[in-house]
Amino acid sequence: MSKLYSGAEIVFKCMEDQNVDHIFGYPGGAVLPIYDELQNFKSIKHVLVRHEQGAGHAAEGYARSSGKPGVILVTSGPGATNVVTALTDAYMDSIPLVCISGQVPTHLIGTDAFQECDTTGITRPCTKHNWLVKDINDLAETIHKAFEVATTGRPGPVLVDIPKDIQFQKTKYKKPKKENKLNGKSHNHFNQNSIDQLIDLMSKSSKPIFYTGGGVINSGPKASELLRELVYATGFPITSTLQGLGSFPGDDNQFLGMLGMHGTYEANNAMHDCDLMINIGARFDDRITGKIDEFSPKSKKVHIDIDPSSINKNVKVDLAIVGDVKTVLSSTLKSLKQKKSKFLKSNKQKTSKWWEKIQKWRSVRSLDYIGSEETIKPQYAIERLYELTKDKDSYITTEVGQHQMWAAQHYKFNKPNRWMTSGGLGTMGYGLPAAVGVQVAHPKKLVIDIAGEASVLMTIQEMSTAVQYKLPIKIFILNNQYMGMVRQWQELLHDKNYSESYTAALPDFVKLAEAYNCVGIRAKTPEELDDKIIEMLNTDRPVIFDCMVDKVENCFPMIPSGKPHNQMILGPKDQESKKITGKGKSLV
Amino acid sequence: MPSSKSAYSFSNKKEKFDTHIIVVWVDNEAGVLARVVGLFSGRGYNIESLAVAQVDEKLKISRITIVTTGTPQVINQIKLQLRKLVPVHKVADFKREDKAVIFKEMALFKIVGTNNKLEGALKACKKYNPILLDKTKKSNVIQITALRREIDKMSKDLKKFGLVSVSRTGAVAMTRGADIFK
Repeated sequence: MSKLYSGAEIVFKCMEDQNVDHIFGYPGGAVLPIYDELQNFKSIKHVLVRHEQGAGHAAEGYARSSGKPGVILVTSGPGATNVVTALTDAYMDSIPLVCISGQVPTHLIGTDAFQECDTTGITRPCTKHNWLVKDINDLAETIHKAFEVATTGRPGPVLVDIPKDIQFQKTKYKKPKKENKLNGKSHNHFNQNSIDQLIDLMSKSSKPIFYTGGGVINSGPKASELLRELVYATGFPITSTLQGLGSFPGDDNQFLGMLGMHGTYEANNAMHDCDLMINIGARFDDRITGKIDEFSPKSKKVHIDIDPSSINKNVKVDLAIVGDVKTVLSSTLKSLKQKKSKFLKSNKQKTSKWWEKIQKWRSVRSLDYIGSEETIKPQYAIERLYELTKDKDSYITTEVGQHQMWAAQHYKFNKPNRWMTSGGLGTMGYGLPAAVGVQVAHPKKLVIDIAGEASVLMTIQEMSTAVQYKLPIKIFILNNQYMGMVRQWQELLHDKNYSESYTAALPDFVKLAEAYNCVGIRAKTPEELDDKIIEMLNTDRPVIFDCMVDKVENCFPMIPSGKPHNQMILGPKDQESKKITGKGKSLV
Repeated sequence: MPSSKSAYSFSNKKEKFDTHIIVVWVDNEAGVLARVVGLFSGRGYNIESLAVAQVDEKLKISRITIVTTGTPQVINQIKLQLRKLVPVHKVADFKREDKAVIFKEMALFKIVGTNNKLEGALKACKKYNPILLDKTKKSNVIQITALRREIDKMSKDLKKFGLVSVSRTGAVAMTRGADIFK
């Protein structure tokens, strides 16, 4: 007879078989049997966070930077409710997470027991699927299935809720089964005919554009390689969503920059005026489309996505190709080579006028800003950070707000999985714990959280985690003492009524760093910025970098409320050029 | 329309709403109905009626029939979102006008009144195969099976005969002929 294992042991045996090497968690009454077993499974290392939301975001950072699912272990009640924000964040941005939560013993479920909550009920709308395991004999199978659901198709978070009595009970362990299909749900639904149609559209187009998103990153590094191959083989311009940055080199001439609300002038105008839009792994989010009725009115639209429900959800498309980006791109390239081996040459003529137009939009230089010698402009800070770190294969996380958009605009990414940001949910407090997770996955790499002072305070307690595990993450705070994006909206749309967007009584971040037993650095002037950044990079410990920036700088360009792509607000250089040149400020 | 102060764009397009009957085959497991219904409420879809019961004891499959309204785009989304749920096996969709499909609802009417009124009520129901389930001197319980709008009408018409209570199911559906739902 084979050996019997307790539920707690089975949890770890499943993780072993799923190649889990790190879990992020926080103990509590209802998961103590699982924590009791931790020491017996040496290949699995536990990272103790300071708040369960931190565990969730750390697992997201781990997953996004490594391509593996992130694993979370939390207790019942508050442990589970605290992780809800991170699960929702992962659901919106399609990040594979497996969350194991403890639950009160089965006989107490429904009695309002201590630290009881309806975890599967609460997390139902923010997970791909969840399970309450009420029979020890279902446990192993359920956990294996959880990993499969999280990582297949469009990835996302799942949760397995395990009552405490189940953790103690014993049964035989079941190895994962190799399932071919998940409940009959396969992921590639396209045929050669669609690929032929795509190539036909591509060869007829004179104003094409690739619009790529996080789906390319989620499809794995090979997808990014194939994307590059396709973009070079066609000579078409390419723009990317916030989540897609890094799948195509940010400094390449064919790359028009990010599109959307704070995207570049050239990217948004090209989206508006194109005659063929090829959406690869993006979802026509409202921050991307602007006014939906006037979104790219003259184009044929192609949508490549693994999730059939993304097709025609926000924007009606002419050709839908449901499948994994990698598979679709590989078929497209194969057919392109067979049928149109001289595509690039024959197409150059056809798209030359289009490229001329794009160059004109480019010459507007929409990311320019007015430099200063007295105060650090936030854009300047990101530019310097980029220049000083670009040779280091660095990993960047962000919080949410102006700093996030400036980072997306001014930091150039050349590889996938290097950029971790909360896009769909827009979770302030994401970046610091995400950086913890990234550094756990990549101990030797440079990991920087580009932060705002308001966001970072939401999860600042995770500095303690970074210090405990000697994770030398760099928290680069663009400190303008405002919730900058809120302030910007209030300035532009609410008659400068800065209601509650200024943070009085901020902590002294340098002293705060010292209190956490890490390193605090402050930069106040543009002159000292480079030296201070270099000091940060040379520090082999966690650093909180307090970069005191211009308090009232706004993030431009911007598509304002309910406007289409071709009605952008450009920066102050465009609006008030006379006034500002009069003061003799230099343009950077 | 709020135009200037929102980060979101508003559409002025008014599209026609169609009534559809969505049939969903699911694993009969804990929480499955909550998943389906939660999807509707969470994404702002309508539910006009709902009928659910296990139809295959061995495979533990339940059949959920949902009557809903929406624009063609919304109906399409409902189907695609439902298909993504892990316990969902298949989803079928019919327009209410579809002649190839039978839709039926059942209603129970309780009538209290004189013999005259009780007889009058039974007569009024004649078109819808009434079954007298319970009879006393003062009351009747009548069962009819009919379409939604017919039951709506009967609920009104029977008032004058002393209707005191109505209980009705959601619609269930089945294709005509030898074909089955794919």
